[in-house]
Amino acid sequence: MFAILQTAFASLRRDRAALALAFILPIGFFTIFAIIFGSMHDTVPRVRVIVVDQDNSEASKSLVNALLHEDTLRVSTHPEASKAQPNPPDYTAQSAEAAVKAGDVSVALIIPQGWGANPVSFGGSSQNQNTPKIQLLNDSSDAIAPQVVSGMLQKAAMTSLPATMAEMGQKYTEKYVGTLTPAQQKQWNDNLVYLKKLQQDRAQNTAPSAATSSSASGSGFNGIIGVQTRSVVGESQNKPMISYYAAAVGVMFLLFTASGSAGALLDEADSGTLDRVLSSRIGMTTLLAGKLTYNTLLAFTQLAAMFVFGWAVFHLDLWTHIPGFLVMGLSTAFAVAAFGMLLASLAKTRAQLGAISTLLILTMSSIGGSMFPRYLMSDAMQKAGQFTLNSWAIDGFTKVFWRDQPVTALWPQVAVLLGAGAVLFLLARRFARRWEFS
Amino acid sequence: MSATTAKLASAAAITGAALPLQITGLVKRFGMLTAVDGISLTLAPGECLGLLGPNGAGKSTLIRSIVGRVIPNTGTVSIFGNAAQSTAARQALGWVPQELAIYPRLTCAENLIAFGRYHGLSGSKLREQSAWCLEWAALTDRAKTVAGELSGGMKRRLNMAVGIIHQPKIVLMDEPTVGVDPQSRNRIFEMIEALRAHGASLIYTTHYMEEAERLCDRIAIVDHGRVIAEGTYAELVRSSFGSRSQVIARVTGAPEAIAAWTTRHNGRITDGASEFTIEQPTEVSPLLTDAASAGIELEDLALRRPNLESVFLHLTGRELRD
Repeated sequence: MFAILQTAFASLRRDRAALALAFILPIGFFTIFAIIFGSMHDTVPRVRVIVVDQDNSEASKSLVNALLHEDTLRVSTHPEASKAQPNPPDYTAQSAEAAVKAGDVSVALIIPQGWGANPVSFGGSSQNQNTPKIQLLNDSSDAIAPQVVSGMLQKAAMTSLPATMAEMGQKYTEKYVGTLTPAQQKQWNDNLVYLKKLQQDRAQNTAPSAATSSSASGSGFNGIIGVQTRSVVGESQNKPMISYYAAAVGVMFLLFTASGSAGALLDEADSGTLDRVLSSRIGMTTLLAGKLTYNTLLAFTQLAAMFVFGWAVFHLDLWTHIPGFLVMGLSTAFAVAAFGMLLASLAKTRAQLGAISTLLILTMSSIGGSMFPRYLMSDAMQKAGQFTLNSWAIDGFTKVFWRDQPVTALWPQVAVLLGAGAVLFLLARRFARRWEFS
Repeated sequence: MSATTAKLASAAAITGAALPLQITGLVKRFGMLTAVDGISLTLAPGECLGLLGPNGAGKSTLIRSIVGRVIPNTGTVSIFGNAAQSTAARQALGWVPQELAIYPRLTCAENLIAFGRYHGLSGSKLREQSAWCLEWAALTDRAKTVAGELSGGMKRRLNMAVGIIHQPKIVLMDEPTVGVDPQSRNRIFEMIEALRAHGASLIYTTHYMEEAERLCDRIAIVDHGRVIAEGTYAELVRSSFGSRSQVIARVTGAPEAIAAWTTRHNGRITDGASEFTIEQPTEVSPLLTDAASAGIELEDLALRRPNLESVFLHLTGRELRD
């Protein structure tokens, strides 16, 4: 037994890179997950919200102002200024809805005209049915954002509209209790003047206190602000997250398949077959291009099998999205195949390839959204995720299957995946020079 | 450059015909190690040139330089007048590496088809060549067997067949009989002889002298990256030993007495036997008389002509398989 132990250790010691990775791998993962989950405890990811104020009343302005100062929200009332449009116009209900559909923001709030006349509703009685309610437009793939926004909306109302709430309280008192005495009315009015002043002061860019708890009630729709929620993306999807996870999990395993398959290069180099092939008419570029094509087709077939399975078992709507699937599937397959080629050309042994690919693929998958949605991560991690193939592939597939966007809308994802694939392949070709000649 | 190589080179220059292979002043270093140290060689049409040398002598590096897999530090390799890495050279060369460089998960036929395509064959030509190679390697009945499931000897034969799928004019065989049993070895010899009958020129590396003696027209003895002798079998023996023969005597007696007797007659003790070189058979009698007078008893006596092993020993002071 000692001899076997000794032999195993001797073999591991000979492959120094694999030995180092054996220790680096778990520490690397620990660090990455600590950063992701650690930062999630420290900072709640800010939900991007568009607010459209169609009412322009004193109450609506106060509410918008309060929302603008909410730390947990990233509120915008108009698109970001650009050179072409230094002073962009405010969002409209249509452009806000389009932004949610495009995935630019998670939620849009539309404050309808007339809302300010009766902004607060205690109890949600039948008389409130005809009063305009704030519309919350959301993408149902993100279950968290509407609840956060809804809760923040109630909090903002509580802290930004004291006078309005008092006025409404008086109305409800007179309705259900009876008219106030002159003395009560005077005292009420005096206090109301103070509250109105306070409300105006806060409206003048004074951030409301964030001391109150931001946790909303269960649904967030039974608060003092009436809210009508409407999913503008994924309304017709019977299994909301299936397409997301088909892409997310698919890409991760594609990466594993591609790196494993590309590892055949190492086997061929070991056996002398690579040398023999290169002594024929086949050059290194042709050889690598052939392997890249094979690995691309293999990855695409694997992805296709997964989506067909998703259609058969989970009713994923594959057949109406074939063009988008083909474009995204082939782009993704090409990029992951090139990634696998690069890893194989970098590694000296199969053990090194296994360690490097596991480290990189799980890292990319965790920050790129293959393990859990990126919108749950901190801003910094979301930005870091943009450097992964996973995030671009998932974004593209989400556009196809979730947002029903046309193939032309996929150009950023396709360009990045194809571009990244080309660069990775060129790097692989560069590193493969070590096999070319002695 | 040896006399034979020089003669072949000058003959080629006179006729204007490019030799199948001409190597001039080849040097290849790997760091501090000089694997090939100024080798010059030629190969005539239809000739089988043996590269004989111990492991690590530089034979495989020389072969890899010829097929363009090793870039020499200095020197040139010309294949029918073309540079080693040119397409024409690649087409003219067939390489049978020492390793089993085949796809283990493909069948015999699939391996042949794959490498045939790598060499630019297609269609009926590829099918014909594949069938011929299977027959040549006696693997026709194993055409659909996965290479990884073949016996060691069959894998070796498939390894050879893959190297000649494109009908090369020059075949480079790098120790093709390593690890095979005597029966498979004989089968491989027959394959090589059949290949020669088809007019191919061959370079055959080995450290088995009997293989070189049987198969090669000319032999270059390689040691420490240099060709230390070159010629036909008879030329090599004659140049080292002239008309001398070897006497191998197995004797018993006091070790000191045996050692003294061997030294007195300029012999040496190898594998428990005393070896002597003699000019005439009449020299045997005084040798035995002296042994008897020294109290040494004769067990066995053999008289033989020197072989390549003897030549190598004579030239380097070492055994070929050291």
